[in-house]
Amino acid sequence: MVTDKPATETIWEWLDAVPDPEIPAISLTDLGIIRNVEWAGDTLEVTVTPTYSGCPATRIITLDIETALRDRGIEKLTLKTQLSPAWTTDWLTERGKERLEGYGIAPPQPAGGPQHCPLCKSSHVERISQFGSTPCKAQWRCQSCLEPFDYFKCI
Amino acid sequence: MSEPLFEFLCRMGDNTLVLGHRVSEWCGVAPVLEEDIALANTALDLIGQTTLWLNLAGAVEGKGRDADALAFRRDVWEFRNVLLVEQLNGDFGQTMMRQFLFDLWHKGMLIALQGSSHDQIAAIAEKSLKEVTYHLERTTDTVIGLGDGTDESHNRMQKALDRLYPFVGEMFVSDDVDAAMVAESIAPDPADLRPVFDARLDEVLSDATLVRPTSDFAHKGGKSGQRHSEHLGHMLSQMQWLQRAYPDATW
Repeated sequence: MVTDKPATETIWEWLDAVPDPEIPAISLTDLGIIRNVEWAGDTLEVTVTPTYSGCPATRIITLDIETALRDRGIEKLTLKTQLSPAWTTDWLTERGKERLEGYGIAPPQPAGGPQHCPLCKSSHVERISQFGSTPCKAQWRCQSCLEPFDYFKCI
Repeated sequence: MSEPLFEFLCRMGDNTLVLGHRVSEWCGVAPVLEEDIALANTALDLIGQTTLWLNLAGAVEGKGRDADALAFRRDVWEFRNVLLVEQLNGDFGQTMMRQFLFDLWHKGMLIALQGSSHDQIAAIAEKSLKEVTYHLERTTDTVIGLGDGTDESHNRMQKALDRLYPFVGEMFVSDDVDAAMVAESIAPDPADLRPVFDARLDEVLSDATLVRPTSDFAHKGGKSGQRHSEHLGHMLSQMQWLQRAYPDATW
């Protein structure tokens, strides 16, 4: 039987090319918010988990996924939201963490603070505020190069 | 009384909605930029949680109302938030004290709700708990920092505590709705959350060099909807006016 349905591996590759709307340096799959991709009959089901319950980017992300998949010819598409298990920064991929650092955002650390300044790599850093420009970030400052920088909160 | 589960979900959603709106009133006028951003982020988390609670409440009710309909098309007497969260912001210290007292209760409640027999409630609790743990970390630090700070900040924090403490008791009052939730293992008896709350409150107040008021008198009437304070109506008139003047307006 010949089928037009692309393999889920292919779908994952397409989603891997969709950037996060707030932090375009990383993709949605880097962020770890796509929980599942599967075919239910001739309908593609994509399950997404929100990073923060009030994050305004969530709606844009949903729209971006839909646009990306429709552009590839997926006509029947269902986007499902899954709250549990709750999203954790443990689901950020290693590539995602490297890309964050390269973009100037210190990746999350289990210790609760950045390992070092993403710009000059000094470990002399201090927290300015527990919150930052998006729900997922906090504001820190490097005491060596004196630059402020974003830290991706560890949750 | 309408269906207990609907009532319970409105209580959870109205607490986060009313407090989220109150906290958002600081946007653009907080003492320093970092605190402004922190307050706006806290409000955002609370409003996000509201959407989850009230959408579920609407689904349980089965009359086609969603979170927006419940938030914008109910009047004061239909709100089920505790009186604490509708109190005026006051100064920054009073806002942080109110947030700390609520966060401490909220965290205990969400920990218990993670074990709810209702899957969706457990999932919302699991999601919210991560955010609320973070809120509590910040408000605890701030209450200690300002309480054990200058004479001025200490006095303001003590005044805030004295003013808000009479609203603490309502968060732990049990009624028929709670009894129905306990019977179905959906939610804990709020009274059971008090010992852990009290123990932590005493620790934090001690570190903050603040004195807990001796009277346990508690204002009540918010979560039952019987008697909100005058502040809620004024808040709703601002929060709801657009949807009331232009029903179903979108952008």
